[in-house]
Amino acid sequence: MKLRFPRPRGRRPLAAMAAVAVLAGAGTWTVAAATGGDPPVHREDRFVSVPEAPGSAQKVRVDTSFFTSGGSGRRPAVLLAHGFGGSKDDMRGEAEELARSGYAVLTWSARGFGHSTGRIGLNDPDREGADVSRLIDWLAQRPEVQLDAAKDPRVGIAGGSYGGAISLLAAGHDKRVDAIVPQITYWNLADSLFPGDVLKKLWTGIFFTTGSTGVGKTTAASPSDVGCGRFDAELCAMYERVAVAGRPDDQARELLTRRSPSAVADRIKVPTLLVQGQSDSLFPLDQSDAAARAIARNGAPVAVDWIAGGHDTGTANEKGRIEERTRAWFDRYLKGDAAASTGPAFRVSRTGGLDTTDGRAQLRGASDEHYPGLRNDARTVPLTGREQSFGNPAGGTPPAISAVPGMGALSGQLAGLGLGVSLDFPGQYAHFDSARLDESVRVTGSPTAKVKVASSTGEAVLFAKVYDVGPNGQQQLPGQLVVPVRVGDAKDGRAVELRLPAVDHTFESGHRMRLVLAATDLGYASPARPATYTVSLAGGLSVPTAPEVRTASAGLPWWTWGLPVGGVLVAAAVLLTGRRRTAVPAPDPALADVPLQITGLSKRYAKSADRYAVQDLGFRVERGQVLGLLGPNGAGKTTTLRMLMGLIRPDAGEIRVFGHAIRPGAPVLSRVGAFVEGAGFLPHLSGRANLDLYWRATGRPAGDAHVEEALEIAGLGPALERAVRTYSQGMRQRLAIAQAMLGLPDLLILDEPTNGLDPPQIREMREVMIRYAAAGRTVIVSSHLLAEVEQSCTHLVVMDRGRLVSAGPVAEITGSGDTLLVGVDGRLSDVAVEKVASLPGVASAVRTDEGLLVRLDGASARELLVELVRLEIPVASVGPHRRLEDAFLTLIGGSA
Amino acid sequence: MKTALNSAPVPASASASADGSAEGYRARRTLPLRVEAARQLRRRRTLVVGAVLAALPFVLIAAFAIGGDRGGRDGRVSLMDTATASGVNFAATALFVSAGFLLVVPVALFCGDAVASEASWSSLRYLLAAPVPRSRLLLSKLAVALGFSAAAMVLLPLVALAAGTAAYGWGPLRIPTGGALDAGTATWRLAVVVAYVFVGQLVTAALAFWLSTVTDAPLGAVGGAMGLTIVGNVLDAVTALGHWREVLPAHWQYAWADALQPHAEWSGMVKGTAVSVGYALVLSACAFRHFRGKDVVS
Repeated sequence: MKLRFPRPRGRRPLAAMAAVAVLAGAGTWTVAAATGGDPPVHREDRFVSVPEAPGSAQKVRVDTSFFTSGGSGRRPAVLLAHGFGGSKDDMRGEAEELARSGYAVLTWSARGFGHSTGRIGLNDPDREGADVSRLIDWLAQRPEVQLDAAKDPRVGIAGGSYGGAISLLAAGHDKRVDAIVPQITYWNLADSLFPGDVLKKLWTGIFFTTGSTGVGKTTAASPSDVGCGRFDAELCAMYERVAVAGRPDDQARELLTRRSPSAVADRIKVPTLLVQGQSDSLFPLDQSDAAARAIARNGAPVAVDWIAGGHDTGTANEKGRIEERTRAWFDRYLKGDAAASTGPAFRVSRTGGLDTTDGRAQLRGASDEHYPGLRNDARTVPLTGREQSFGNPAGGTPPAISAVPGMGALSGQLAGLGLGVSLDFPGQYAHFDSARLDESVRVTGSPTAKVKVASSTGEAVLFAKVYDVGPNGQQQLPGQLVVPVRVGDAKDGRAVELRLPAVDHTFESGHRMRLVLAATDLGYASPARPATYTVSLAGGLSVPTAPEVRTASAGLPWWTWGLPVGGVLVAAAVLLTGRRRTAVPAPDPALADVPLQITGLSKRYAKSADRYAVQDLGFRVERGQVLGLLGPNGAGKTTTLRMLMGLIRPDAGEIRVFGHAIRPGAPVLSRVGAFVEGAGFLPHLSGRANLDLYWRATGRPAGDAHVEEALEIAGLGPALERAVRTYSQGMRQRLAIAQAMLGLPDLLILDEPTNGLDPPQIREMREVMIRYAAAGRTVIVSSHLLAEVEQSCTHLVVMDRGRLVSAGPVAEITGSGDTLLVGVDGRLSDVAVEKVASLPGVASAVRTDEGLLVRLDGASARELLVELVRLEIPVASVGPHRRLEDAFLTLIGGSA
Repeated sequence: MKTALNSAPVPASASASADGSAEGYRARRTLPLRVEAARQLRRRRTLVVGAVLAALPFVLIAAFAIGGDRGGRDGRVSLMDTATASGVNFAATALFVSAGFLLVVPVALFCGDAVASEASWSSLRYLLAAPVPRSRLLLSKLAVALGFSAAAMVLLPLVALAAGTAAYGWGPLRIPTGGALDAGTATWRLAVVVAYVFVGQLVTAALAFWLSTVTDAPLGAVGGAMGLTIVGNVLDAVTALGHWREVLPAHWQYAWADALQPHAEWSGMVKGTAVSVGYALVLSACAFRHFRGKDVVS
C-alpha cells in the first residue's frame, strides 16, 4: 500500500539506467522523449547535493528530473512532489504534460525514496523542507526559468498526499514559492494519525511499514535499519512507542505537529488550490478545511475541491480533471494569464449512479463562489433513543468496520452507489434515529451531536458515525467515515460534543439519519480493557448544509444537445430542398362547370427520355356525359387516370377538374370517385367495414356517403359482413365500384368496371352508369369491351400509344360517313385488301368478319364503289359503318 | 345488382368551396388517427404481436417454475438473478430479456408495414385519391404506428408486473448488485425505463417507416429495418471504434439499466435519447421527402 496518488508507472528501467550513468560520473543525462504527435520533452536527470541538515557537512543526494519542451525562452517553473512510498518517476507523465504546456518542471525523489539518499523525516522542515529551497535555488540558475528577482524563480508546487504536505510546508518556509496545489494531504499530521486522541492504527501502521521496507533500491546498511528502514530514528522510536501503547502521547503529537503545515499556518500566503478526497479516512476533509481557513486568513486566494475518492478508494476517476485544474491554476498564478479560469472557490464531485454502458460511476460537479466550510447553515434534526448501554469487548475485537484501507477502488465504487461494507456488532454500539425525513437533506460538512457518555472504567473510546437508513432498513455509511473520540473522567457521565465525519451526502426524503456510537473500529486502536459504556442523547443532530452549492448540469458531451438540434436542421434541409417549386395554378372559373379538361398532358416512363406513356394528350368532358376511354393495352389509359387522381405527376400539361388543377391530394379530388386498376381493400376487414372506414378516412360527414345506395349497386348481400379476403374477384370489383360511388361524386371514373362481372351484372352496370350521368353527373369509363362502351357511352376518347386518336360523340366517331362497311361474298385475299387500302382517297382498309371496313380519306362512296368493282372485288353491300369495335380498329389500324 | 340511385340528387352546379372540394371535405380531417387505428387494430399481425407480448411473462414464469433458482451465468450478476424476488423485479427482468430483440420486432413491424402494406393491398391509391394529402397520410400512419409500438412496449411490462405480482408478490425491487428500491419508486422508474426503451426504438421506427415509403413489399421494409438495427448492434460490438460507438443508437440500448439502481443515473439515457431522436428526425424527414414526390403506381 502506497500513500500517494495512484499514477501509472513510469519507465523505471530507463530511469535506473540514467541513474547508473550519473553515478558513473557523467554530469547530466539528457533524454528527449516524444510520444505520438506531441512535441518532444527534454528531460535532464541529475543528483542535487544538499546538506543532510542545516549546517551539516554531510550531504544527501536528491535524485531529480528536469523537464522542458519547446523554445528556449524563460518560463515559470513547477515542482512536482510524489506521494509517500513513491518516487519522482510517478510524476513523469504529469511533468511532461506540464512541460508541453510551457513550464519548466522539476520532479524529485524525496529523501529516503527512490534513488535519493537520506532518511525519511516526514517532511521535516529542516530536511525535506530545506531540500525544496535548494531545488528552488537550482531552478533560479537555469536559463529556462523565469525569474521574479535574482535567485527568485517564478515557481509553483503541486503534489499529492506526502507531496502535497511538502508543497504547503515549502510555501510556508520559502517566500519564493508563488502558487501551490496540495492534494489529498494533511494540515496537521498528528490530528490525522491520532484523531480524537485515538491511534489510527491501521493507516499509521501502513504508513510506517511502507517507509520501513525496501522502497529504495539502495541496500539496507546497518542492522538498525531492519526495524525502521529508512525512517528517521526519532520518528521510528515514536511510532514503536505509540503502536505498543495503543494510544498516542503528547510527545508524539508534538513531534508530528511540529513537522506539519499547520506549524507554518500564518506564513502560507500564496494562491492555494486544495484538493481533498471525500472517501479518505487517512486525511479527511477537515484537514483541507483547516488549511483553507488558515490560508484564507492570510489573505491568499484559496479554492477547495472535494474530489470523489481519496486514500481509501484512489483518485483515478478524477485524475484528468485535477491535472487540468492544476494547470489552469498555474496558468493563472504563475503565467499571470488572466483569462485562465481557476474554477469556483468550492467544488465538490457528487457521485451519481453507475453508467452501465461504460461501467463507470458518473460524477457531477457542484460548485459555489464561496467555500462554505464544514459548519455552514446548520439545521437540527431531532434524534430519538433512550439511554443505551453497550460493552467494549475485551481486546477490542471483533471490531466494527467502516473504511477498510486497501479495499481500494472496489469499496469506493460500492460506497458511491450506497453499497459499501459497514458493520457494527450487536451489543457494542448505541444508536439514535431521526424520524423519517419529510424532504431530502444534503449534508455538506461535519454534523455535530451532543451526547452524554459514561464508562465503567472512567474512560471511553467511541467511534461516532451517521448512517443513512433507507426505507427498508438498509443502512449506508456516507464516505465510509467514522470519527473517534476519547472521553476521560467519564465514570459519572460527561457531556461530549461530537464532531462527526465531514461528508457531502444527500439523505433522501423517507430516509432516517442514524447516529451510531460504537465501541470499536477496525481502523483504530481501542482500549483492550473491557468496559461498559452508557450513552444518552443531549440534543439533536446538527447538520450543516450548503444550499448555495449547486450541482452543475450533468457533464454531457456537446453532441448530446448537438445531435437533436442537428437532426432538426438536417431534417428541415431534407424537407425543404428538392421540393418542386410549382405554384398551384389558380382555379379557372370558366371551367367551373367542366368536369374534366386535359391539355397537353405528357408522361414519360421513369428514367426514359423518349418513351412516352402519354404524349400531348388533350380532351374535354362535359357535364352529363358518359365518356368512354378506349385504347389497346399500353395506350396510356391507366396512366392518364392515375394522373387524373393525383397519384403520379405529369411531366407536362395540365388536368383540370371543375376548373381546379389536379396535383397530389388536390381538394377537388373529393368530388371525384374512382375505381382504377382493380380493388384495394384491407383484406382482414369486412366489406362493410372497409367502406365505412374508407368514408371516415375522407373526413366527410357520414350523412353524405349514401352508403346504402352504393351497397345496393354492389349487391353483395350477406357477404358484406365477411372479410374481404374471402371475396371472389367479381365481388371485390363490385365493392370497389360501390366505394367509388360513395358520396355520389360529381365525376366518376371507372377503369374496366365490368371485369369479372357476369352478363346480367354487366347490363345492370351499364344502366347504373347511364342513370348516374343522367342525373347531371359525369362518368368516365375505360374499357376494352367495346360493345359495352358503345351501348353506354355518349362520348368517346380513343387513345393509342399514349396519343389521342379521336375524340367526340359516339355517333360522330362511329357513324361518320368516312367509314364504310363493304359487304363481300366470300373471303378476300390479303392482296385484295392491300390493293383497296392503297387506292387513292382511302385511308385504310381492314378485313372483318362481315367484310371490308374502309375509311375514306377524300374519296366518296361512289368513287370507292367504282374502284372496288374495277378491282373485281365481289361487293355485296356498301353502307356506313356504325359498329364501334370496327370504328376503333379502323381508327388505330392506320398506325398498326 | 338492383337499380339504385333513384334518390340521387342532382349535384349543385357550383362547387361547395373555393378550393373546389366537395361539401364537408376538410384536408385536415382526413384519415383521423381513430380511423387509422381502427384500420390497423384488427390485423392479424397486430393481434399476434399483442398475444406474444402478453404471453411472454407467463412463459417466463413457467420457465422459472420449471428451472428453479440457479446462479447467473459465469458468476455474472444480472437481473435474472433476482427475477423472482418480486413483481417489480419480474417486470424488470421481462424487459431486460426482451428489450434487445423482441421489442424491436413490433416497432419494425408496425412502422415498416404502415405504408407498404397499403401499397401491397392497392388501398393506398384510393386513400390518396380520397384525397388524403400525402403528408397527412404519413403523419397519421406514423402516429398510429408509433402508438401501436408504444402500446406493445407498455403491454409487456404491464402484464409482467401484474403476473409477477400475482406469482411473486408485491415488494421492493431487489437490485442484483445489492440494495433495493421500494416498490413505488421502482414502478415509477420502470415507467421511465419503458419510455426510454421506446425512445430508443425511434431510430428503428423511423428507418422502417422510411423503407416503408420506398418499397411496396411490407416484409422488405420490416426486414430492412431489422437488418440495419442488427448491423448497428454488430458495429457497437467493435470496440476498436472507440468513441465513434457513442453515436450508434445501439450503444445506448441498455442505458435504461442506469435507472434501476439506488442512485438513478440519467446521463446515459439522455445521450441515448439524443442519438435516437437525432437519427429519427432525419430518417422521418427522408420518409416525408420521398413520399411527397413519389409516383404511386402500386
